[in-house]
Amino acid sequence: MRLWKDFVRGLWGENPTFRLLIGLCPTLAVTTSAINGMSMGLATAFVLLCSSALISLLKNVIPAKVRIPAYIIVIATFVTIVDLVMNAYMPDLHQVLGLFIPLIVVNCIVLGRAEAFASKNSVIASAFDGLGMGLGFTWALTLLGAIREVFGAGSIFGYSFVAEGATTLGIMALPPGAFITLGILLAVMNMIAARQKKKTS
Amino acid sequence: MSLFTILLSALLVNNFVLVRFLGICPFMGVSKQVDSAIGMGLATTFVMVVAAAATWLIQWFILEPFGLPFLQNMSFILVIASMVQLVEMFLHKTSPSLYRAMGIFLPLITTNCAILGLAIMGVQNSYTFIETVVFGLGGGLGFTLALILLAGIREELQFADIPKPLRGAGIAFILAGLLSLAFGGFAGLV
Repeated sequence: MRLWKDFVRGLWGENPTFRLLIGLCPTLAVTTSAINGMSMGLATAFVLLCSSALISLLKNVIPAKVRIPAYIIVIATFVTIVDLVMNAYMPDLHQVLGLFIPLIVVNCIVLGRAEAFASKNSVIASAFDGLGMGLGFTWALTLLGAIREVFGAGSIFGYSFVAEGATTLGIMALPPGAFITLGILLAVMNMIAARQKKKTS
Repeated sequence: MSLFTILLSALLVNNFVLVRFLGICPFMGVSKQVDSAIGMGLATTFVMVVAAAATWLIQWFILEPFGLPFLQNMSFILVIASMVQLVEMFLHKTSPSLYRAMGIFLPLITTNCAILGLAIMGVQNSYTFIETVVFGLGGGLGFTLALILLAGIREELQFADIPKPLRGAGIAFILAGLLSLAFGGFAGLV
């Protein structure tokens, strides 16, 4: 039951993108389509799961004073693995996500979970927490990517549903579209959260 | 590419924040007041220039000759973290007033992805040493410019009647979108 709580917290209550507003750079940069958003989310989820579990395992070995550099090294190791594996087996995707794969190292979600959760909890709980946060990040990115793809390219997950040569809102695929879509989505999430709160109280 | 082109490109055309989406966290976090935006912007610019120079040396004098480019992520982030620490200590010693003014922002710079992004991009574009430093300067000034612009608008909006769910980050993102739209006008300049 506690593990389930650790898992779902990242999906909604403390969703990194919509509630905590962290890890925003990849959120905005790679969500030009639903597939790209989902791939980035899953890559981050993998790093989160592995680094949370390993850091939790090492929490009694790492001296408190040098913990941040030690965490960063652990995280950078897993990021390098993701980077090399994607480069070898998914070169097209690696090309699209480009710079933002190495930048998972400085994604505040990963270091934040290491510091706030994995350094204080058991390995299993940290793994569930990491996975929940990672999947919460993934669905947020997929949603943002899907909205931008529908309006910007008239397709969803690569399947086009508009006539050939139809005019689409090209701006949604460009940087301004990312900012504006996320701003509106945040407002919608705030409305839903406010309604939930009213219902429970 | 001439040095001026690199500077202009990093500053306006490919603005780090508004076009490349690097450093969004401090962009949203520290853009409530113009004063703190200026402090954060200048501190980041300084670290960017120093880190650009340091990572260039690491890449071409250590990683490449010894065949270790896969250690790039790890070594760069450690160098950046220690650079930030060094800048912090240096400021603490030489200019305590400036140190107090920037105090809380300095450690935050380590996790600013614009700096690691800049270092990696510099390597990918195989810039020379001088070009890398100019690239860092342009990127830092571009970050500062975007931060000050957004902070200026957000200060004006303090007394505006914004719909409740949009307050805070929501409206800030929409503003950033409009700024990004304006910066889109610089496309094709270089």
